[in-house]
Amino acid sequence: MTILINLLLQPLQYEFMQRGMLAAVLVGIVCAVVGTYVVLRGMAFFGDALAHTILPGIALGYLVSGGARDTLFWWALGTSIVAALGIGAISKNSQIKEDTAIGIIFAGMFALGIALISTVRSYAVDLSHFLFGDVLSVSTQSLWLILIFGGLVLLIVFAFYKEFMTLSFDPILATTLRLPVSLLNNLLLTLIAVTVAVSLQTVGVALMVAMLVTPAATAYLLTHRLSHMMLIAAIFASLSGIIGLYLSFYLSIASGAAIVLTATVFFMIAFGWKRLKGT
Amino acid sequence: MYPHTHHKTNQPILDVSHLTMRYNGRVALEDLTFHLHEGERIAVVGPNGAGKSTLFKVVAGVLQPNIGEVNIYGSRPRGHLCIGYIPQRSQVDWTFPVSVADVVMMGRSAKLGPLNWPHKKDWDFVNHALETVEISNLASRQISQLSGGQQQRMFIARALAQEAELMLMDEPLTGLDTPSQEGILSLLDRLKKENVTVMVATHDLDQAATHFDRIMLLNHRIVAFGNPDEVLHTDNLLKAYGGRLKPVDGQNILNMDDCCDEGDDDHTH
Repeated sequence: MTILINLLLQPLQYEFMQRGMLAAVLVGIVCAVVGTYVVLRGMAFFGDALAHTILPGIALGYLVSGGARDTLFWWALGTSIVAALGIGAISKNSQIKEDTAIGIIFAGMFALGIALISTVRSYAVDLSHFLFGDVLSVSTQSLWLILIFGGLVLLIVFAFYKEFMTLSFDPILATTLRLPVSLLNNLLLTLIAVTVAVSLQTVGVALMVAMLVTPAATAYLLTHRLSHMMLIAAIFASLSGIIGLYLSFYLSIASGAAIVLTATVFFMIAFGWKRLKGT
Repeated sequence: MYPHTHHKTNQPILDVSHLTMRYNGRVALEDLTFHLHEGERIAVVGPNGAGKSTLFKVVAGVLQPNIGEVNIYGSRPRGHLCIGYIPQRSQVDWTFPVSVADVVMMGRSAKLGPLNWPHKKDWDFVNHALETVEISNLASRQISQLSGGQQQRMFIARALAQEAELMLMDEPLTGLDTPSQEGILSLLDRLKKENVTVMVATHDLDQAATHFDRIMLLNHRIVAFGNPDEVLHTDNLLKAYGGRLKPVDGQNILNMDDCCDEGDDDHTH
């Protein structure tokens, strides 16, 4: 027993582990709650594309600031909101199929990001930070930003709970109830964008979609109520963050990957359990 | 915050004049002019793709007409909260994680306004609506566990919770067994007492003739609109259904090839 407690406590004596743990849990909760709508509205591809599309913005911030990471959040946030609303507009008035249009833009923007970063000599290391995250290097300042912006996202999701639920279940009903449909749609896109910016340092661009989708999908298998789905998703996401960081510490694997793998295992267990139950 | 236009009670509940709708060069509705009286029950009958769903969406204010106008109590649909649109069941995501009561409560979203949570009054509306459609016992069920008839009742309850005065129902009877169809139809009869005006898209001429005050035969244009015995004549039906209708000699008995395929009416969003 004492061995187990030691195993659990030992990593926490490092301040970077404490900060990392806190960041992983906060980000997990925000992603899970917003991810509920991503899953229910079938926006997984949008989320993935959005995360990749912001790379040039981050790269630009990185070049302008000469390699400092502190201001990157603001670059990520700005690019993310612009990209989300841009992709939203394309989906509405696209000449070619929506997913094709998004695919072209996101791959193009992603390539531009890589091109920009590759102009810096140490680019391989920096690029991998952006792509896969580095939650163990989260500063106290970043933690505050995550707390403030993540809290803001949760507050808005809570405040417009019935509007977002109505809109997602039945957009025509939302229209006949004269809810401000396009305003709410854009608000939701903005919330996803802020979530992506907030989560960047934890899981990076490439694994972002997993944080948005996997815990929410796990919860979707286990409940039939929207509020419960959000709660259960948040619990699984927090657990994934904590367990993932322990795995990362003891097995020396990349933190973002460890978190996502843990969340994936949770999903597979829920999926298997559902199958066994035969429902 | 959400708009709510006041009703001019000297105006008809629905007044449509010279309504024309086009999609990508194809005419969906052409020059429709008609009006409804309060409390009427109207059956809209026509082949698949005749424009029934489009008409309902224009009346509900979801689509804007290209030409002509639609007025609800004297003003455009967009300002009204009193229009209940009940979608085809095939258009609904039945795996969405909500209970029957959640869905019915959605009908209250607008009256509640932003940043408000349901009060006792709203729950009273929801409970009363569930009682009216006789599914109070299913309130906490997830919606995928309902039968087709119960799903339809839930949506009617939602429109009642919305305090809808004009209900637009897109093929509510399609895919239901006969007892469930009869249940829905007698429920509509009861709604007449609450002075709810109902427009129902249907394929069943027999039911249209027995359960509705007036029938609109629609095939992009209004082929005929009036009392069942005025409307249901062979030549009208031939005009509406064209070659897909085979009149049986000498009588008003008709066979239709084209019937009851769920969900392939004209959906444009």
